[in-house]
Amino acid sequence: MNSVDLSVNVGGLKLKNPVLLASGTVGYGNEISQFTDLSKLGGIVTKSLSLKPRKGNPPQRIVETPSGMLNAIGLANIGVEAFLKEKIPFLKNINTTLICNIAASSIEEYVECTKILTNEDTIKAFEINVSCPNVKEGGLEFGNNVNTVRKITAEVCAVTDKPIIIKLSPNVSQISEFAKAVKAEGGDAVSAINTLVGTSFNIFTRKPKIKNITGGLSGPAIKPVALAKVLEIKRNVDIPIVGIGGIMNWMDAVEMMIVGASAVQLGTVNFINPNAGVEIVEGLISYCEQRSIKKISEISGSFQI
Amino acid sequence: MFIEKAVVRSVEEIAEGIFLLSAHSPSIASIAKAGQFCNIKVSETDFPLLRRPFSIFNIKGDFLFFVFDTHGLGTKILSAKRKNDTLDILGPLGNGFDLTGDYQTAVIVAGGLGVAPFSFLIRSLQDDKEMVSYLGARTKKKIVNLGLKNVSMATDDGSYGFKGNVVDLLKKETLELSKKKFRIFACGPNPMLKELQSLCIKNNYDCQISIECAMACGFGICQGCPIESYEDKNYLLVCKDGPVFNANAVKL
Ligand SMILES: Cc1cc2nc3c(=O)[nH]c(=O)nc-3n(C[C@H](O)[C@H](O)[C@H](O)COP(=O)(O)OP(=O)(O)OC[C@H]3O[C@@H](n4cnc5c(N)ncnc54)[C@H](O)[C@@H]3O)c2cc1C
Ligand SMILES: Cc1cc2nc3c(=O)[nH]c(=O)nc-3n(C[C@H](O)[C@H](O)[C@H](O)COP(=O)(O)O)c2cc1C
Ligand code: FES
Repeated sequence: MNSVDLSVNVGGLKLKNPVLLASGTVGYGNEISQFTDLSKLGGIVTKSLSLKPRKGNPPQRIVETPSGMLNAIGLANIGVEAFLKEKIPFLKNINTTLICNIAASSIEEYVECTKILTNEDTIKAFEINVSCPNVKEGGLEFGNNVNTVRKITAEVCAVTDKPIIIKLSPNVSQISEFAKAVKAEGGDAVSAINTLVGTSFNIFTRKPKIKNITGGLSGPAIKPVALAKVLEIKRNVDIPIVGIGGIMNWMDAVEMMIVGASAVQLGTVNFINPNAGVEIVEGLISYCEQRSIKKISEISGSFQI
Repeated sequence: MFIEKAVVRSVEEIAEGIFLLSAHSPSIASIAKAGQFCNIKVSETDFPLLRRPFSIFNIKGDFLFFVFDTHGLGTKILSAKRKNDTLDILGPLGNGFDLTGDYQTAVIVAGGLGVAPFSFLIRSLQDDKEMVSYLGARTKKKIVNLGLKNVSMATDDGSYGFKGNVVDLLKKETLELSKKKFRIFACGPNPMLKELQSLCIKNNYDCQISIECAMACGFGICQGCPIESYEDKNYLLVCKDGPVFNANAVKL
């Protein structure tokens, strides 16, 4: 037994430790499990699902940038039905908490996906992606409109008893206003941040390096922004926060928790070190042991300003 | 598949700006197949952030070999590695060449550093197969001919061998080749593969091509490496479904 209690409770969702793998960076768990022991993690968040399969954007979809990367995958996914049939059998046995991420192009679609998936016991919570920067249907960007986020939260919460985490966009001027709306409508937690809109051009051909022109920036380059957004939410709204953005090691995870996160998600780092999650859990244990911290949850929001 | 901390044994410049690196990597070496690749972290910092994909050039005992061209920062850092440096290697990745089946002659078509996977392939071929190779390079100084047999050369500038591209060279000889059952194994820049692909589709040649594209993870979790398929309405992933494909299976 560990001498440190690593368990955390995020808006009613109990996790054995605060380290989760982020949506879009673990697929549906099977490939990464060849490199890491998923059962040692707090949980995994599966690739955004939509009602029907999505083919995603044409190549080139990714490009490296200084200490980061841009992606415009376009929410390529197999759809709810195939997910239940083909992926759940594997996910049933991973022995860690399964959170299902949903991305849709209408409020009705969010509701429909949640309704279908909530019947599957293996799924313990939903993360609602209202913030993908690469897909805009009917000119609508859900994540940029407080009223839409309010509506999605209310309607999705109404069709499930499982915890609802709303994943917020950093591409707004006041992220705490969105967190307030989520809380007001009964959302259980927020996760922040999704990727930042960015682009990159080839100076010789003068063409964008990714086909979609803009993409979502992730990786260590965005950590300071992610920390600031989490801190802003923490100081203004009383809602559990899952901190995401640029976490590469246990020190980054601790920093994210100090500014207010109850749990953290790892994204881009999985591509470089698919075992990072397990290493971070070990790092958190020694950090706590060395400082005689009995419960990891004590460090959440423990900033001294 | 493993994440292995390999120890560099040597890095040598074998042609202008082209390096051969060997590293002690017993786990990966013990299971790798010809045509597979590894994703290598060239620095211990977050810059450059992503791993770099390289074909497995050869395997000898516990050692992996890679050949690479200095292209940008990542390959520059790699070329400066020294004996006993550690290298974080993830692999072996992808599906490799399919060597089984009914053919007598293996026809190797390589453009530039497209030769990378073929030393290993040649070793893996059964002894009863004949082999001919067509090798293209921009210019004489850039020719890397490691372990290929029965080689015909083409250079873009005519400084060595046939003047022109390697697919044109191959076209001249297909009549001779057609006397026996052959399978083409090809690797090189996309425009070359595209030209070869249309030749193969037109003539119904048995051909496997190894493809390069931008990658992040290299093992199927980022969806960053899609390629359009002729058979499936969804994209295939170059890292996981490839990098070797049947020439008639994917749209280049
Ligand atoms: C399956 C596979 C096998 C490969 N095998 C070899 C090999 O054996 N020898 C060899 O010299 N090269 C090989 N390449 C290409 C090699 O990966 C690139 O040359 C290398 O990534 C360039 O990195 P850089 O930092 O020097 O260049 P930069 O241009 O600075 O790299 C910037 C980004 O673009 C990516 N990139 C640039 N060029 C390529 C390319 N041609 N293919 C894929 N990604 C690219 C890099 O990975 C990086 O993310 C292979 C690529 C793939 C996909
Ligand atoms: C290639 C890629 C694909 C992603 N796909 C999704 C997705 O489908 N749904 C989602 O909510 N977030 C997605 N994200 C965002 C990540 O979950 C995470 O919020 C973001 O990358 C920031 O964390 P990081 O800096 O640790 O990567 C994706 C990120 C990357 C890099
Ligand atoms: S490189 Fe990540 S899925 Fe192919």
